[in-house]
Amino acid sequence: MNHRVVITGLGVVSPNGVGVRDFLHSIQNGVSGIKFIPEYERLNFNCQVTGMPPFEWNQLKNYISEVSFNGLKAIGIGYGIKAALDAWTDAGNNIISEEPHWETGCVFGNSVGDSEVIKNAIARIDAGEAKKIGSRVVEQFMNSGVTAYISGRLGLGNRVITNSAACATGTQAILMGYEYIKQGLAKRMLVGSTEHIDTYIFGTFDSMRILARKFNHLPEQASRPMSATACGFVPGSGSGALVLEQLDYALERNATIYAEIVGGASNSGGQRFGGTMTAPGSKGIIKCIAEAIGNSNISAKSIDLICGHLTATAADPLEIQNWGEALDRKDDNFPLINSLKSMIGHCLSAAGSIEAVAAVLQIVHQFVHPNINLEDPDPEILKMINTNKLPTTMVKKEINIVAKANFGFGDINTCIIFSKYNDNG
Amino acid sequence: MIMDRQEIIDELKKVLAPYTEDKELLDGINEQTNLITDLKINSANLVDIIIDAESKYNIEIDLDSAEKMINVGSCIDVIVEKMNLKM
Repeated sequence: MNHRVVITGLGVVSPNGVGVRDFLHSIQNGVSGIKFIPEYERLNFNCQVTGMPPFEWNQLKNYISEVSFNGLKAIGIGYGIKAALDAWTDAGNNIISEEPHWETGCVFGNSVGDSEVIKNAIARIDAGEAKKIGSRVVEQFMNSGVTAYISGRLGLGNRVITNSAACATGTQAILMGYEYIKQGLAKRMLVGSTEHIDTYIFGTFDSMRILARKFNHLPEQASRPMSATACGFVPGSGSGALVLEQLDYALERNATIYAEIVGGASNSGGQRFGGTMTAPGSKGIIKCIAEAIGNSNISAKSIDLICGHLTATAADPLEIQNWGEALDRKDDNFPLINSLKSMIGHCLSAAGSIEAVAAVLQIVHQFVHPNINLEDPDPEILKMINTNKLPTTMVKKEINIVAKANFGFGDINTCIIFSKYNDNG
Repeated sequence: MIMDRQEIIDELKKVLAPYTEDKELLDGINEQTNLITDLKINSANLVDIIIDAESKYNIEIDLDSAEKMINVGSCIDVIVEKMNLKM
């Protein structure tokens, strides 16, 4: 059993656009969603900029029941509900159903439960007031909270899983959903991930001294993947979601097909040969990309665009080198490459899903989004690939195959190959 | 402050409002209205209703009393009992 898997629905909550329409406009025009946060200055953070979606909380009343809305405080869950339910309706589905959708499951990821909610519970408990916490806290600090809200609202009755693999979480969720459908275990999977970086999460990353600290007063320039002046990543928040569907099932119900997932792989470098808790090892990455290309039955030569992980740290040149080796392409033969993080920062667990939505939109609308803040490419990168492979304005071009990868703490790698849908296979 | 049972029902409606979708049914509650079967309140939310009632009437509702709060009438009984304890 080997089913083809297509994408029929998209939803996104991004720092530079909430909803697919606004997000598409922003990524085509190189609109940054990074802002200075005065609170971060007060807290003595080194990095004082972040990507926070312009999210109107009350809109969730249109997505979940009033009772459910009244007790919801976890912002990451709110983002996930919006992205997932938007993807669901975008795929032409209704939100109400009596019977569970036994053929439809969910893989949705995140990093942690809501730390603000956890903090409030801790304060209550320490004050001897545990009995005043109420019934709505556990569901918001359990890591599977977002998945439980989404699957409960939609009545998803196939496997429902919450995954977590740091910055590889989003791509891994998509890959898992793809594999379930491909193997015939489900007909549809709602997949994606969410992340809300509140001050507590932000502070712990800030302490690692891996965040951009030199552009606090020029926030839109702070996220600079592949640039010679890149000085660390800018954390971002948001959520991305996709509806994946068995091709025959999508055709049967006349669904709009945005693109196809033709293959993918996930592995770990085992924190060996240069891979560590925080740094990805080249061996694992190259193996992962090669495996994704291999099981996609495409040629590395046919890749039109790489949507990289590319966070704006010292690891960017190494990532280019790894892609070059895995694809056996360099200089002018290297594909176009971009990093959405230049506009929205690094959304950690949500990075993969938001960036995957961007990858699919570039196939649907046949363009390559610009890399902003890349007026000064890293000379190390230019030794491997030509400058014209790093577009700084939107390129309108035929895009058939996109390779998307993310690499997470714990030396976890995931690569997915997206293809324009072609009805003769 | 001494409240009669009707006044408590009116106040109780405000406590119950965030936990029930059916505002019309809530408007028409009487002492026999069952919180779970009639008002369709999720049983997990009874905990939250008790916490809200404690804060609204400035009382403490122990676990044994809380278990009696099944319908509107028994809620009022418990609230009146605890308010009287304070006087």
